[in-house]
Amino acid sequence: MYDTNYHRAKDAADAGKKLRACDDGMYLSGGMTLLPTMKQRLAAPSDLIDLTYIKDMNKIEVKGKEVTIGATATHAEVATHAKLAKVCPSLAGLAAHIGDPHVRNRGTIGGSIANNDPAADYPSAMLALGATIITNKRKMKAEKFFTGMFDTALAEDEFVKAVSFMAPKRGAYAKFPNPASRYAMAGVYVADHGKGDVRVGVTGASQGGVYRPKDMEKALSKSFEPGSLEGCKVDEGDMLSDIHGSSAYRANLVKVMAKRAVVAAAG
Amino acid sequence: MAKVEITVNGKATSANVEDRTLLVDYLRETRNLTGTHVGCDTSQCGACVVHVDGKAVKSCTMLAAQASGSDVKTIEGVAGNGALHPMQEAFHQNHGLQCGFCTPGMIMAGIDMVNRLGPKLDEKIIRAELEGNICRCTGYHNIVKSIAAGAKEMGKGMKKAAQ
Ligand SMILES: Cc1cc2nc3c(=O)[nH]c(=O)nc-3n(C[C@H](O)[C@H](O)[C@H](O)COP(=O)(O)OP(=O)(O)OC[C@H]3O[C@@H](n4cnc5c(N)ncnc54)[C@H](O)[C@@H]3O)c2cc1C
Ligand code: FES
Ligand code: FES
Repeated sequence: MYDTNYHRAKDAADAGKKLRACDDGMYLSGGMTLLPTMKQRLAAPSDLIDLTYIKDMNKIEVKGKEVTIGATATHAEVATHAKLAKVCPSLAGLAAHIGDPHVRNRGTIGGSIANNDPAADYPSAMLALGATIITNKRKMKAEKFFTGMFDTALAEDEFVKAVSFMAPKRGAYAKFPNPASRYAMAGVYVADHGKGDVRVGVTGASQGGVYRPKDMEKALSKSFEPGSLEGCKVDEGDMLSDIHGSSAYRANLVKVMAKRAVVAAAG
Repeated sequence: MAKVEITVNGKATSANVEDRTLLVDYLRETRNLTGTHVGCDTSQCGACVVHVDGKAVKSCTMLAAQASGSDVKTIEGVAGNGALHPMQEAFHQNHGLQCGFCTPGMIMAGIDMVNRLGPKLDEKIIRAELEGNICRCTGYHNIVKSIAAGAKEMGKGMKKAAQ
């Protein structure tokens, strides 16, 4: 790891101020992505601004169907929050299967969505749940936030403070994990918001990063059953292709995972 | 340089270290506690697992500075009163190791499992919970057996403490 300077942000205003004051600083949350990258010398921030000591930024609030999750809530905290598990078990279940127990004790939802790894789990949930991403500067819909593989709408000194959404009527996440890394080869989050509003988020598979397959949403909005997906087409040309799986394999996997998610959500 | 103050196995410690110092290096090099191992550079193997404020973490993927102000427990701190910790004893009795390189992390992960999920752990749960701990020798069978046995023993201890 190259040399760096570590700072703790006291509050949201202090975090922005500290980041703007340094040459080439980066925010640090759980460090489960950033520190391995720094150890490989693939990132060399001059300064690290630790967000995890900002008071109450890890708070999870559930008021009726309205859910707000603070950015520094760890995957373990999301997975084990009793009220959240009741109103939105699909999201708690997603968090419970990220990486391994030690990673879940450190990694955070804010760090995960800010990183927008094409194989990360949370981004698909944010799209399917129609989440609002709350930063230190503004609020925006998840569609606006995710702008492509490893890319978000965040400005240089902007950071995620929380995410909020209305729990869906029913939902489920189906993931086909890479057997070695546990990252998604394809992961599909299906959320039925009622009144014919079904949203789908797909991660792990597409070259463009996380996305919403409009034809699947339309088909499921008409009839929420796995058979509805039969006629949907996943374009092979849009899919990732690597040693773990070809684009044809992934295109098929997206459909299979979508069907599994619908079956699980329909209970 | 960062001034870190970390309670390690119940003892207050402090030192000035480079900001980039990993917690595992602080433990091994500054504190000379070499029971915590480094088995990979991809945050995957779990040989480095310690407890920070009661939670199992990979000490190779945390800066010492991040842990400043925290309570850290390492494999050196689990035994007490001249006896092995029940989880250590279970690895000993069930031949839960071969070369022993992964063992400190396995034991810290095993204890964490019981702390989170209670002493009744079946094979399926133990295997799933070992996702973040890799062993190149044993094929895991005896590790799973050891953790189940250690958990049971810890359960007895918990019962006694409750009475
Ligand atoms: C062994 C292993 C297995 C894993 N498996 C999975 C998996 O199966 N699925 C999965 O989805 N992920 C997986 N991960 C990644 C893990 O979920 C990370 O925790 C997550 O991607 C990043 O969150 P973090 O809090 O650790 O962020 P950090 O590593 O601290 O930061 C990541 C990036 O986001 C920025 N950042 C951090 N917080 C904020 C914020 N609040 N606002 C703006 N920018 C911010 C940082 O500057 C950095 O660029 C795995 C990681 C490891 C090490
Ligand atoms: S040394 Fe920490 S996970 Fe391998
Ligand atoms: S006993 Fe050798 S690595 Fe596990």
